[in-house]
Amino acid sequence: MKRALFGNRLLPWLLLAPQLAVTAIFFLWPAAQAIRQSFLREDAFGLSTSFVGLANYAALWGSAEYLNAVRVTAIFAVATTLLSLGVALVLALAVDRLVRAGKVYTTLLVWPYAVAPAVAGILWWFIFNPTVGLLPYVLDRVGYDWNHLMRPRDAMILVVLASAWSRISYCFLFFVAGLQSIPQSLHEAAAIDGAGPVKRFFTITLPLLSPTTFFLLVVNIVYAMFETFGVIDATTEGGPAQSTNIMVYKVWFDGFIGQNLGSSAAQSVILMLIVIALTVIQFRWIEKRVAY
Amino acid sequence: MVEDRPLLNLLAHLVLIVGVAVVAMPLWIAFVASTHGPNDFMSGVVPILPGPHLVENYSRMFSTGVSTSGMPPVGRMLLNSAIMALSISIGKIAISILSAFAIVYFRFPLRMLAFWVIFATLMLPVEVRIVPTYKVVADLGLLNTYAGLSIPLIASATATFLFRQLFLTMPDELTEAARIDGAGPMKFFRDILLPLSRTNIAALFVIMFIYGWNQYLWPLLVTTSSDKYTIVAGIKRMADVADAQPQWHLVMATAILAVLPPLLVVVLMQRLFVKGLVETEK
Repeated sequence: MKRALFGNRLLPWLLLAPQLAVTAIFFLWPAAQAIRQSFLREDAFGLSTSFVGLANYAALWGSAEYLNAVRVTAIFAVATTLLSLGVALVLALAVDRLVRAGKVYTTLLVWPYAVAPAVAGILWWFIFNPTVGLLPYVLDRVGYDWNHLMRPRDAMILVVLASAWSRISYCFLFFVAGLQSIPQSLHEAAAIDGAGPVKRFFTITLPLLSPTTFFLLVVNIVYAMFETFGVIDATTEGGPAQSTNIMVYKVWFDGFIGQNLGSSAAQSVILMLIVIALTVIQFRWIEKRVAY
Repeated sequence: MVEDRPLLNLLAHLVLIVGVAVVAMPLWIAFVASTHGPNDFMSGVVPILPGPHLVENYSRMFSTGVSTSGMPPVGRMLLNSAIMALSISIGKIAISILSAFAIVYFRFPLRMLAFWVIFATLMLPVEVRIVPTYKVVADLGLLNTYAGLSIPLIASATATFLFRQLFLTMPDELTEAARIDGAGPMKFFRDILLPLSRTNIAALFVIMFIYGWNQYLWPLLVTTSSDKYTIVAGIKRMADVADAQPQWHLVMATAILAVLPPLLVVVLMQRLFVKGLVETEK
């Protein structure tokens, strides 16, 4: 807490004004509108609106399409998170072992962060393209007929790969930082007591890395749920047969293409609640880490 | 490293080489594809070494673009992306550093309320309030403008928190000394706080520039006239041709151009980039 302060009444509000104005106009007002809209229903021509209570939410609960989106989102988020975390952890462990060469590898591993998720989607879409892509050609040789335009499982694998790929460098950097903060003396003491590398990994590295891992879990779930719109839209557009239609994509589709504003707003509110829950978890954890 | 285990070192190298190869593969294939002619893809499989059409493909993207899908030349889209990314990153830093200054160095009524209002932006990503936000921007007449592309994205709780943390670590003696010398708050801000925040501003700029450049959903909605298309949102429109196969060599040339600016920022400013990344998430 600051002891030395400036005593001015008007100035702080002037300084805050731009941030508060943008927040109020483009964040709070639209969010309030979404909440309001989620209790209303417009007729087909948009001429009249009526208050329908929780009907929009109830309709979602009974909608096979929405429940499918929830399921798809869960599979997609878990797969993307585990894949990017797993690969990043292996790479970080390897870099941590190689003191000098590690720096070179790090430079070669961080740049996918610069690739927009939408562009990552296009790149993988091209690699897996059934007619001109490289990987279907290779897969064909081993007897797998890849087709993400027709087969739901292939489409899901494609979007998971593209999303996890663009996230590897981020997780990698945090794991490297986490590994470097583990005191070397612990490893040495364990080694003297006869613990081999594998045992040391499970008894020292993994437990001491758990704050980093937990943080990355939460942040990556947020990423997979909310920031992968570009990946989906640039590749599968939710298809085939709704198999990659994640919740964020459905909000947009129902709102802009389907013009079903009430349902889209109700979906927005549900997503807001999920973000709020995830943010609270993330900040609770940070408080813990300070005391750690 | 605790003990010398050559076999494990070898394994580490192997893992990393495979890792680097996998991580680089999509971009390498895109680059290779961008150096070939349109018919090289129809022969069955994409070549894995660069072809002879590099200059031809890229100069075509810069001069005419892919006119069949109504796309402007790529130079225009790069310019739009640069304007959007710079407005977002500079805007975020400017309004956040001012808010953090107000919150840390002043005591005023409703200060905590202001803090929580800014905090709320963290919980409302644009994807979850997309329809009403679009409506606000449309009502304000900001569709197809640079202001519409950037202003709705410049509120930033993370940047505000970062500067708040930084200011809290500044010694009180600085403020006292400035006040004894008769400096007002704005002079203190300009002559002492700003210079001391230089590295943090630079690190934040790197992260926010990449964030702004890589925006996809928002520019897709806000820009309907082709002279305001950004390159990241433009690629999709280019790959999305209703009939035939897309012209992959040109799509991939555009993808490479879209990736290049943020890529250079990350590689050339790696130290600042890592600092910014780790700090904005604290």
